[in-house]
Amino acid sequence: MKLRLRIASFSAPLVALSIAFGLSSLILLFIGKDPIETFRIMFEYGIKGKSIVSIINRSIPLYISAIAVAVGFKMGLFNIGVEGQYLVASLIAAFVGSQFSIITPIHILFIIIIAVASSAMWAAIAGYLKVKKGIHEVISTIMLNYIGTGLIAYGLTNVFDEAGSDYELPRTPELPESGKMPALNNLFRLEDLQDLHGFLFVAIVVGIFYYWLVWKTTLGFDLRITGANPVAAKFSGINPNRLIIVAMVTSGGFAGLVGLGPLLGYFHRFTIDFPTGLGFAGIAVALLGRNHPFGMGIGALLFAFLERSSQILDLNDVPKEIERMLQAFILLIVVVFYEIIRRFIVKQQVKDASKKVET
Amino acid sequence: MNIAINTNNISKSYPGVLANSNVSIQIDESSIHAIVGENGAGKSTLMKILYGMTKPDSGSIEIFNEIVTMSSPKDSITLGIGMVHQHFMLAKNLTVLENIILGIDRPSLKNLGLKKYKKAIEEVMSNYSLDIDLNMYVEDLSVGEKQRVEIIKVLFRGAKILILDEPTAVLVPQEVDELFNNLKNLRENGVTIIFISHKLDEVLEIADQISVMRSGQLIDSVRNMNVSKIELAEMMIGKSLPSPPPRSTEKKQNKIIELKNVSSNNVDGRQLFKNISFSLYGSEILGIAGVEGNGQKEVVESIIGIEKLESGEIFFNGEKINDKTTRERLDSGISFIPEDRQLQAMIMDMNLTNNVIIGRQNIKKYKSNFATVKTKNAVKESENIISLFDVKTPGTNTLATALSGGNQQKFVVGRELEDDPSLLIASQPTRGIDIGAQALIWEKLRESRDNGLGVLLISADLEELIGLSDRIVVFYQGSLVTELSSEEVSPEDLGGYMTGLKK
Repeated sequence: MKLRLRIASFSAPLVALSIAFGLSSLILLFIGKDPIETFRIMFEYGIKGKSIVSIINRSIPLYISAIAVAVGFKMGLFNIGVEGQYLVASLIAAFVGSQFSIITPIHILFIIIIAVASSAMWAAIAGYLKVKKGIHEVISTIMLNYIGTGLIAYGLTNVFDEAGSDYELPRTPELPESGKMPALNNLFRLEDLQDLHGFLFVAIVVGIFYYWLVWKTTLGFDLRITGANPVAAKFSGINPNRLIIVAMVTSGGFAGLVGLGPLLGYFHRFTIDFPTGLGFAGIAVALLGRNHPFGMGIGALLFAFLERSSQILDLNDVPKEIERMLQAFILLIVVVFYEIIRRFIVKQQVKDASKKVET
Repeated sequence: MNIAINTNNISKSYPGVLANSNVSIQIDESSIHAIVGENGAGKSTLMKILYGMTKPDSGSIEIFNEIVTMSSPKDSITLGIGMVHQHFMLAKNLTVLENIILGIDRPSLKNLGLKKYKKAIEEVMSNYSLDIDLNMYVEDLSVGEKQRVEIIKVLFRGAKILILDEPTAVLVPQEVDELFNNLKNLRENGVTIIFISHKLDEVLEIADQISVMRSGQLIDSVRNMNVSKIELAEMMIGKSLPSPPPRSTEKKQNKIIELKNVSSNNVDGRQLFKNISFSLYGSEILGIAGVEGNGQKEVVESIIGIEKLESGEIFFNGEKINDKTTRERLDSGISFIPEDRQLQAMIMDMNLTNNVIIGRQNIKKYKSNFATVKTKNAVKESENIISLFDVKTPGTNTLATALSGGNQQKFVVGRELEDDPSLLIASQPTRGIDIGAQALIWEKLRESRDNGLGVLLISADLEELIGLSDRIVVFYQGSLVTELSSEEVSPEDLGGYMTGLKK
């Protein structure tokens, strides 16, 4: 692609970001707060060393969740069920992982496999329902989220609850030491800060794997052309039903990893405080990053940054909700600008092609 | 008799195509006027002009003896022209009554005034002897009833001239009879009806006057009683047909593809085609003629496994392929040029390098042992096609959507001819593209045929069909009715078989 067009496609998120900050500033002014001062404290707090570690930790599950969603998006499949998939997987993996102890790498690998497999199977239900019964995946995955939440509540209290514990709330037994993922602080010489989750490495590997899968493999090619034009995809010999199952299972597989950052790095067990909402946040990050592994990385970091830095606002008497608004503004505006840029690029290409015909 | 519509030398061209050329047509008031012609003859363009959906490049239109200009269907409705489209525009979860008043006259938001409207609509219905239960939900109606709702809707808006676009295409025979009775009633009550069709039997049954169009021109307007079916068919097809240029090579003896008694129904159980049998040999082009919608498209789609067979067998190079997937069939040497390149053959938002892989994802050339795409080969192949087929593009990285139709099609044809397939199915390979691209594609198809390729060609363009084919089979209502030699085919024969006159 020509430089001009590349610049154009990068400008969209930047423009969206500025407009979103502008709109939020207006709202801050309206409620009588100084926007420049507000953003200044947010920024100042957000770049403290402690904050940065926290931002990276937060962005890990966000990023993986976005990738899970993006695999579906690439073929025009809307997996809204990442939420339920990772929660179900985290509970099962937390429980199974707490039942034995072996050397750390194998233990962690085992937990990862359990999580991926159970999440993929949970997601496969939606794929099966779409292929066999024609039920739209948005409906079935949303329903499966509710069912999953119910099953988790039941399972946590009645099946996986830690035996003989006097802790009031239900929780799975703690992972043995061998099942805990070591932090990276020693590696990066961050002695006095909180733990930087070791799952960061997994997230990076997942990002690279996702890129390879979607842009380099034949399966990824099939996913992309089905997303862009399902009719032509069918004429090209793709079996759409098979691909729906494969995509749903792959998306679900990625989703299984979402909860493992917090589980292996910090919680070490599944409790009722286990982080929720990451599946839905992943949809936003995937949109923001346009399903691109790099873009989604930036998006995850941005959302994590906003979440973290907004925590200082309460202390300064500014409503924290301004951060939610910022996120929503960014998303809305960026979607509009991506479309404008897409049209611009097509127009440019048409122009170039017709020039070629004339000469 | 008064004249309802009079057009003077209407012309309309689209890039590369002259859709209407100096069309002057007179339509009498209170008559049923049929307009017949093959697909692409210019009927639809003329109707779009009369309905205000598109403006003519030149020429004038008189409605009830007044020169008018229309810039949208809104204008034509005001002038008393209504159109019933082939695909109904009804909201199925509303009642008939609600559908008829939908979009009318801004009824107040508080009170739709349904009662008032109901009375008025019932009046219209009794005036024109049309009957329907206004309280039924549209989703519970039969196809014929839905069509009647469309007609009432248009009449209620004050239409005096009714354009029906192939109204019988969607109906079963009893419904056709009913429709014709209704149309006759409408005519008695002063309504002018323009009836677009390519079914000559029906036209002769219902029309007072018949106009025939071919290649954008009005060939003739005749009174029904003065014309025979044969004459009509001849006017539709043309008196002289092109003859294929002599070929220097011989057709081979090996059967490339053989269909034995294949039949198929669609999801509603309606028959798409039945008991079709034919063979195609190496170094041969077999043309499939037929008015669109007579099963030919479905038959060729069944060869690559898109359309499922009810019964019968398909052999490719001697091997039965009924149970093979589309992918397996394509990989074993069947190439397919679908009729709609933008919808079925290309991904408009992808560049040419990606588009060259489509349909060939699994062959060794584009798939490595690690299941990854060999992009380098794709770039090389698309460059190759661009130069061999003279595709005008800035490069391989250009999006397909940026190319003109002719260049897109040349690229698709190039892709389908690469790697020496043994069978090429080409459905309307040059529809809607410029003459230069057309000539090049014809040349390439002949060249490949001479090199041993078997080609199954579907085309509505008779010049193309006869000019390229060695033999022609004709489809009518899902059956293969005859086989003709392209060297000896007469317009009378071809037209007769295509319109069901000869069987």
